[in-house]
Amino acid sequence: MKLEERARELEAKARELRFHIVDMVHAAQSGHCGGSLSAADIVTALYFEFLNIDPANPDKGDRDRFVLSKGHACPVQYAALALRGFFPVAELRSLRAMHSRLQGHPVQGKLPGIEVTTGSLGVGICEAVGLALEARLRKASWRVWAVLGDGELGEGAVWEAAQAATKFGLDNLIAVVDNNGLQNDGYCRDILPLRSIPDKFRAFGWAVLEMDGHDMEDILRTFGKALLITGSPVCVVAKTVKGKGVSFMEDKRDWHGKAPNAEQYAQAVAEIKGGPA
Amino acid sequence: MIDEMVAPRLAFGKALVEFAPLFPEMVVLDPDVCTSTQTSLFRAAYPHRFYEMGIAEANAIGVAAGLASCGYIPWVSAFAVFLATRALDQIRVSVAHTGLPVKLNGSYGGLPSGRGGATHSSIEDLAVMRALPGMTILTPADSVETRAMTELATRLPGPVYLRTVRCEVPTIFDAAYRPVLGKATVLRKGSSGDVAILSEGMMSARAVAAADLLAAEGLKVRVLHFGTVKPLDGEAVAAAARECGRIVTVENHSVIGGLGAAVCELLAEEAPCRVVRLGFPDVFMESGDDGLIFSRYGLDACGIAAAARRLAAGRGPTGA
Repeated sequence: MKLEERARELEAKARELRFHIVDMVHAAQSGHCGGSLSAADIVTALYFEFLNIDPANPDKGDRDRFVLSKGHACPVQYAALALRGFFPVAELRSLRAMHSRLQGHPVQGKLPGIEVTTGSLGVGICEAVGLALEARLRKASWRVWAVLGDGELGEGAVWEAAQAATKFGLDNLIAVVDNNGLQNDGYCRDILPLRSIPDKFRAFGWAVLEMDGHDMEDILRTFGKALLITGSPVCVVAKTVKGKGVSFMEDKRDWHGKAPNAEQYAQAVAEIKGGPA
Repeated sequence: MIDEMVAPRLAFGKALVEFAPLFPEMVVLDPDVCTSTQTSLFRAAYPHRFYEMGIAEANAIGVAAGLASCGYIPWVSAFAVFLATRALDQIRVSVAHTGLPVKLNGSYGGLPSGRGGATHSSIEDLAVMRALPGMTILTPADSVETRAMTELATRLPGPVYLRTVRCEVPTIFDAAYRPVLGKATVLRKGSSGDVAILSEGMMSARAVAAADLLAAEGLKVRVLHFGTVKPLDGEAVAAAARECGRIVTVENHSVIGGLGAAVCELLAEEAPCRVVRLGFPDVFMESGDDGLIFSRYGLDACGIAAAARRLAAGRGPTGA
């Protein structure tokens, strides 16, 4: 299949993810829409094109490992796992409810497909380095994909992980930065200016690729390139829009951790289902 | 009792603004949670005294220590769990050991974290902070006490950990109430020979509600509120043991290392008596409705009353 055709299929799938993100956060009346929606295209491409995973055998040894280092965006991962067949789609609406497997932040072992407990920012990427190192020690071929937030890059632990990954030459580790430019209290440029994320990772010894995190063809091409890089870990900086796909959530700080009311939910769903791909 | 529901985190944010003119050296440092911990109110009123530090709690503590050593009174306001665990090294070395007047607002203390689950619920912070020499630990019961303790903490010469909760809680003190550092507050006198309930923070309103349930049954329990967990009011604890004979402790925290543990440590040496600790057992929190989870662990008025009733009848929580 041509890349363009595959991109159209994945765009439709991303739309499904976006619907479930808004749907489950609305059902829970709690959770993080903005950062889940910004990562929806990235996560769709990974779960439906790149990750070597098997819902029938979620613990198979040679599976690729996916780490959501920005754990608060777990609705996007839960949606991907459910649509990929790891658990029933109907369970998505139990998000954040008592006794639910869909915890407010991902918990390892609680739900098939969750490799690492995250939610405390900066924790996931360190574990991703460990997972990649393990593959190296076992001479295994699986890869580790980690998705980080740009606000998360404020945590010092991220840069401790970045140095370790370079030291061990972990070219089986690909970190994707969801660069939506917003964090809890405002724009990253105002909160703690990052300057150039690519330059920072390059200075830490990583190979860096940049892409439009909402252009599926660009995502497919860039992730394809990332797989070919050897000798160093790879950072993909994805330019994204927080709340992407729901007009009134886009680039709005307010939608970092807020649930839509009934009216907002209806509008969001209409936009996601009917809007341009 | 005044029952108006107010979130202590909001009372804290308002108090910072109110007392800012009183303490010109006071500044606020925020690791990207000001709209959550309500220091955004201070940011709006005093932007030149507000430092946005990004998602980098450990650095924020170090910077605060630096500011404090030059005469400033910095408040670092963050989620309790990320202060007590992520930034612990800096708090221990740069704040507790130096004794600098860095003030910590442990917001979202205890269970209520907006369904955040294990990573966001802070039920070990009192244990962690209690182990640090020189750390004063304040656990206000309501918005009135939160306001008063914000001023009290700012005034104190050394480090302070003020624990504020996210959810709305009933107001139990009238506006004239002034907490005394290191002194328990008597909420119900009770009578000798009956049970005493010793509680902290938002649990104290529930302890009072439990006492009122029991009073209707003829059981007159003493209720002591510990707005200061460290230094602990040992006299009040020992007197409760001697006069009431049996004690229930209640806390929005693990039973390990918090108020219940502090009470047991003191009583074991000074006035041994039967103690039942109510709090979260040795578990991590999960997502869910706060009220349901509190009730699951007996941390509501009915659960507290039941524990006191069993103890008064001479039986432990397991009926032993």
